[in-house]
Amino acid sequence: MPISRYKKVFHSLWKNKRALIGCFILLSVVMGAIGAAFISPYDPLKQDLTLRLKPPGWRQGNNIYWLGTDYLGRDVASRIIYGTRITLLVSIFALFIGAILGITVGLVSGYFGGKIDTMFMRLADIQLSFPFILLVIAIIAVLGPSTTNLILVLGITGWVIYARIVRSEVLSLREREFITAAKALGCSDFKIIFSHLLPNVGATCIVIATLEIARIILFESGLSFLGLGVQPPTPTWGSMLAEGRAYLFTSWWLATFPGIALMLTVLGINVVGDWLRDFFV
Amino acid sequence: MKHYVFQRFWQSIVVLLGITLIVFIIVRLTGDPTHLMLSPETPEEDVAIFRHIMGFDRPLYIQYLKYMEGVLQGDFGRSIRHGEPALNLVLRRLPATIELTMVALTIALVFAIPMGIFSAVKPNSTMDHIGMTIIMWGQSMPTFWSGLMLILLFTVTLNLLPAYGRSGLTSLIMPAVSIGFFSMARIARITRSNMISVLGKDYIRTAKAKGLTDHRVVIRHAFKNASLPIITLVGIELGRLLGGAVITETIFAWPGVGRLAIQAIYNRDFPVVQAVVFTLATIFLLINLIVDILYTYLDPRVRYT
Repeated sequence: MPISRYKKVFHSLWKNKRALIGCFILLSVVMGAIGAAFISPYDPLKQDLTLRLKPPGWRQGNNIYWLGTDYLGRDVASRIIYGTRITLLVSIFALFIGAILGITVGLVSGYFGGKIDTMFMRLADIQLSFPFILLVIAIIAVLGPSTTNLILVLGITGWVIYARIVRSEVLSLREREFITAAKALGCSDFKIIFSHLLPNVGATCIVIATLEIARIILFESGLSFLGLGVQPPTPTWGSMLAEGRAYLFTSWWLATFPGIALMLTVLGINVVGDWLRDFFV
Repeated sequence: MKHYVFQRFWQSIVVLLGITLIVFIIVRLTGDPTHLMLSPETPEEDVAIFRHIMGFDRPLYIQYLKYMEGVLQGDFGRSIRHGEPALNLVLRRLPATIELTMVALTIALVFAIPMGIFSAVKPNSTMDHIGMTIIMWGQSMPTFWSGLMLILLFTVTLNLLPAYGRSGLTSLIMPAVSIGFFSMARIARITRSNMISVLGKDYIRTAKAKGLTDHRVVIRHAFKNASLPIITLVGIELGRLLGGAVITETIFAWPGVGRLAIQAIYNRDFPVVQAVVFTLATIFLLINLIVDILYTYLDPRVRYT
């Protein structure tokens, strides 16, 4: 009996223990984001100035604060759990925006070639020559920091890698017989691009996406760290690290735990991304 | 060859022009940038005077021409905060950033290349697994967090190294390691995968069959051929480090260009922002140009006519 596609995926995943752990980490993040209200022990926004800067494991009556409290008495563990929401929200939306823009440009640029191609590739060169973080920071400084602006900027500036890679794949695909056959049968350009070329670049795009989402998450936290990303009081790991920096000499837990959460998430994505790359290639 | 260099040079100029245009547009994204640069309490007459001095009341194309005239002379205007010419400020801070970047890259290369080669020569050995684990962790650790953790360990706990400012070799270690670690992971990874693919090639098998020592095979034959994409990556990393040291410089209060840029953005000091972006972009383009030309020397197969 032929092995179903899903079984193949599962087998490959099972063999690669690292990827399995990565998947587990990512699933935890997603579960944390969806079920934050149920999992998190306390309200992440609730301030209690009598509980300022308590170390991990602090007990107050029947309450225990596993990862300590911050400078406003808010529970660190709850804030980390709720932080998964922002991380996923921003990164997934930004990813989609960048992917849709980039893949479209790559398909059109590669298929039609000529002046359109030159124009887009020049634009890509210009954007790549710009120190990326400065570009993003400058735009957000002008537009004003907010979650929406963050998603838009991260998304719109993320098109280049998809465009370049999809374009080079399309350049070789468009010479293949099945495309010539489609043209001969009178297929419109639009249909060729979206029905024939797009499915063939799909696997590559998934691989790119795994690289990109890790990069976007790191950028989101970096920008929130600088105060230009998600604004308080919404808990995000980057801004928690920024707050923790001010108390580094007295309350080490504020900067340590959000960073661990961030690192584990990115690690999980990188590991799963590696496995996906090996799987598709 | 000459034609290729010429072509790449002109490409770089075009890209640089594009960058100046983008910077020009960004500052004016929300319309008249006067309200961005002045505080909301400024009286109307002063706002009008400021607008006139900066030329924001003129039509857009005249503003652009004036701006480009300035760029070509290296005049990006005066820093609103400090009063001195923006470009001077940038050039004064540049050596600090370059110092940090070069040291970070050196640390990265010193560890990454041997690690990558060793892992490739003995794949799936214990050393390889350890190396790969370090690489995985290195690529997942945000530089601002590793910077904070280093401060926690070496300054707060052990009181060994200074956490802030630029005061000699000891103050350079932590920031350089912090950004270098990330680069090291990337370079080691590419080195390893390139070496593995080159070591599988036929000419390596021939070299081994000829009886050459392992050392000669690996270094002289394999690494030389694997090094080309690595050189490209090093060029890209150098550019990325120059622009990306922004956060690290902020954490360690390193007086470099990145920190200047952030402060300028917070202070709405856009002449300085323009000067920083232009300088960094020029350096980055120069590095890419040099890497591309170097490539044609190192790999005779790459000859663009």
